Amino acid sequence: MMTIASSPRQTRAASFADWLEVRLPKLVLAPSVLITLVFVYGFIAWTSILSFTRSKTIPKMEWAGVLQYAKVLGHERWHVAVHNLMIFGVLYVLICMVLGLLIAILLDQRIRHEGTLRAIFLYPMALSFIVTGTAWKWILNPGLGLEKLAHDWGWSSFHFDWIINEQMAIYTIVIAGVWQASGFVMAMFLAGLRGIDQDVIKAASMDGASLPLIYWRIIIPQLKPVFVSALVILTHLAIKSYELVVALTGAGPGYATELPSTFMYAHTFTRNQLGMGAASAVMMLLTVAAIMVPYLYSEVRGPRTSSH
Amino acid sequence: MSSKNWDSPQMVQGSANRWSRVIIYGLLIFFAAFYLMPLVVMLLTSFKPLSEVYAGNILKLPAHWTTASWVKAWGEACVGLSCDGIKGYFWNSIKMVVSAVGVSTFVGAMNGYILTKWRFKGDNLLFGLILFGCFIPFQIVLIPMAAFLGKAGLASSTSGLVFVHVVYGLCFTTLYFRNYYIAFPDELVKAAMIDGARFFRIFFRILLPCSGPIITVTVIWQFTNIWNDFLFGASFTTGDTAPITVALNNIVNTSTGEREYNVHMAAAMIAALPTLLVYVVGGRYFVRGLMAGSVKG
Amino acid sequence: MKKSFLLSAAVALVYSQIGTIQAATDKEVEVVHWWTSGGEATALKVLKDDMQKRGFGWKDSPIAGGGGDQARTVLRARVASGRPPEAMQMLGFNIQDYAEEGLLGNLDSIASKEGWDKVVPAPLSRFSKYNGHWVAAPVNIHRTNWIWANKEIFDKLKLTPPKTFDELVAVADKIRKAGYIPLAHGGQAWQEATIFDSAVLSAGGPKFYKQALIDLDPKALGSKTMEKAFAQMQKLRGMMDPNFSGRDWNVATSMVINGKAAMQIMGDWAKGEFLKAGKKPNVDFLCFQYPQTEGSFTFNSDQFAMFKVGDDQAAGQMQLASAIMDKGFQEKFNIAKGSIPARMDVSGDNFDACGKKSMADLKVALKNGSLLGSFAHGHAMPESVKSAVYDVVTKSFNNLQVTPAQSVQQLVKVVEDSK
Repeated sequence: MMTIASSPRQTRAASFADWLEVRLPKLVLAPSVLITLVFVYGFIAWTSILSFTRSKTIPKMEWAGVLQYAKVLGHERWHVAVHNLMIFGVLYVLICMVLGLLIAILLDQRIRHEGTLRAIFLYPMALSFIVTGTAWKWILNPGLGLEKLAHDWGWSSFHFDWIINEQMAIYTIVIAGVWQASGFVMAMFLAGLRGIDQDVIKAASMDGASLPLIYWRIIIPQLKPVFVSALVILTHLAIKSYELVVALTGAGPGYATELPSTFMYAHTFTRNQLGMGAASAVMMLLTVAAIMVPYLYSEVRGPRTSSH
Repeated sequence: MSSKNWDSPQMVQGSANRWSRVIIYGLLIFFAAFYLMPLVVMLLTSFKPLSEVYAGNILKLPAHWTTASWVKAWGEACVGLSCDGIKGYFWNSIKMVVSAVGVSTFVGAMNGYILTKWRFKGDNLLFGLILFGCFIPFQIVLIPMAAFLGKAGLASSTSGLVFVHVVYGLCFTTLYFRNYYIAFPDELVKAAMIDGARFFRIFFRILLPCSGPIITVTVIWQFTNIWNDFLFGASFTTGDTAPITVALNNIVNTSTGEREYNVHMAAAMIAALPTLLVYVVGGRYFVRGLMAGSVKG
Repeated sequence: MKKSFLLSAAVALVYSQIGTIQAATDKEVEVVHWWTSGGEATALKVLKDDMQKRGFGWKDSPIAGGGGDQARTVLRARVASGRPPEAMQMLGFNIQDYAEEGLLGNLDSIASKEGWDKVVPAPLSRFSKYNGHWVAAPVNIHRTNWIWANKEIFDKLKLTPPKTFDELVAVADKIRKAGYIPLAHGGQAWQEATIFDSAVLSAGGPKFYKQALIDLDPKALGSKTMEKAFAQMQKLRGMMDPNFSGRDWNVATSMVINGKAAMQIMGDWAKGEFLKAGKKPNVDFLCFQYPQTEGSFTFNSDQFAMFKVGDDQAAGQMQLASAIMDKGFQEKFNIAKGSIPARMDVSGDNFDACGKKSMADLKVALKNGSLLGSFAHGHAMPESVKSAVYDVVTKSFNNLQVTPAQSVQQLVKVVEDSK
């Protein structure tokens, strides 16, 4: 691919230019690679080393073996966090996908005001929970939000107090998380749907296949790359979710909505347990890597099948 | 980038029965209501006098519409000891976002161009390395990054914050452009080379003019992420240099006896407006860009 | 590419120049704090004005939220960057943690000149000093074993402040029957811990409190008395409305102010909110001790820790420390904030009834050895142990399925693990 057009009338200067031309792409790429090596991998290495030390208030290079890992794994709060991540992760990814696909299909039915509706479904992605946190807290709070609303409107038996219930609070996190991300998934599916060859579908409908059947048999299977991309994006978003929990519940009631990300943050920054924070961060990173590396591998191996 | 028939109708046959249309619209309206609720709550509250906020419910229309809260949030609300509203922090964020988005998008475009059109041995490995950076939890970089910024003399400055956002935005921008350019016909590039065009000329004259959709996607993505960032802003700035999210957090947690929820909501709306605007204006191109570049199988 | 990159770097550099020019005003002292609510901000303004009179600028770095959690994060980043602020609001053991790392400066010269040792009580200066050197200037003394009550409700129902826990239960019953919320509360771990402070003190007395929460004696921690404290706390939960999740402390206070709720168990910073709303002690609201803690005093003290900085900035720090320890400032500040002065030689004449009571009780408690650091506010045990105990307390409070006996078992375990 790297062919250099050479002409017989080359001067010295031109050959220097050619020399530069060959190396230019790598030179231009180099800063990005260097930055990544230092600020991503260097920092990961630093955190990993820290997780094997006794660091408490500030980093201290005093070897502690796997002590910090043992502490984290023996911590009741970490167990809650991991358990919550399972519930949250599975529901969040699943509901976002189903809802995103459903809305995308509905929007794809020659809808009036499609643009407006699309904007409505997409806008939550534009807002941080720092911005919408208070509104969400109100909506979920039984004394202020939906429950009060239903009572004001005369539906007095309506009950919605998950956010103050230890067992149910994690599901309110799912609701708000789905609200934010499902529109993005919808956009991905919509883009996928619009890219599908119309002729196949026309042929199928000529054969008398019903619409749901066409979707189920022909269209949805063709969206496989979108499913894969959405799965990867959502999974890593789920693991990284942090502001969501902080804004809605502050990991409460008690610590019923703790996630590994909030656990890590609290131990690193407010509990003077840098070592434990680092150990939990490494475990989170390993989880992310376990999901990401196979995906990245397939992504870069097949350069022609590009799928985000 | 084959069939970009965006507005092409899907397959609802002519005789589609009315009931299915009713169900489709019904569902869409139901979902739209769910998605809109937090925004409606914020908007309504921001236009109510405080007494109505405490008396009514969250979806009650204001009896007396007032913009006083907006005025107060913009110019008078107290952040710590200074009561100048959030306007200063708003401009901080604008400065930060414009520089960070510009630099990271441009560098991402160059990277994407090189990784697809000037391929070399090991380029995929490098791409994989860069890409993994998208997926790390950012909390782990806070302390080492703070140490670096301190040594580099960038601590507590807007430029330091811009640097951080460029560093951790690169992986996304590179990903987007790389996936977009990979579908760009190599023949065009080759033809240009034969005509004597060189590295930069090919990029600026041939690839860049065709990059509209992906630039839109990248800019929207970066703009939203950087504007909404709280973690980096809170950790790497102080006082007057803070971005708007940090100021908003301070306002919301600043309270006198009864909380001025209407002012909080107005401040939140002001903080949300730029990204909302970007999504509403650019949303159409966003889906189109996703389709053109990154999603298609 | 290179050119543009340089160009953007240049643009970035220009911004940074603007930034540093603004920041480098001479003789400025940066203060990081989380005092952003009404009463607190008013109080802090007094200090700002004082500093300006002394010829120093005040660079305000407020970081609100989470009772200082957010501010502590920022501090960590600032310390890592090698540019700590001159002064930082800190509590109890946190000061000691940073001093241990050798990050704090030395205030001995001004402390001995102004005779701080003579006026600051030892249980307090234990936190302001590290290895015998002053590293922080205490601003105030807060008391945490208070109950704040709406007088109108108490008068209407003909109630008097309960003297025992059983009386408190009876009072709460009557209030509930009259249609009010007996106890206002915000569902955040530190607020639950604040209640726990009082419950332990009430269930076991000052000696027990010290053995369990300060000396961390496993026998006391695992005792039946401790079970009683957990049982009390769970009973208190029954007196609250169900919507307390995530509510901030001052929102709960305003429920008492507005007559929605009758009482709140909270430190005396709550008084600042009453005063701000124009309410008067013993006229509109009552302040009394949590039952069976009369005579004891669980305290926390806001201090400004001074970081080690260059000599040119140290002058400003000394001035700030001196301004904080100034008698006049301590009086003005604490009247606004609701607390009492950290120095014992300030006259109580200008304080309100609650403040006067607090100052009198402090003297008695100091004599009897019942002036105790508050666990909830980081004055009883090191930060890492504290947060582990927080977990047990907040779990017990929020999950009534967990029996007091189980909590006590858990308590002994986590304290052992995190020591």
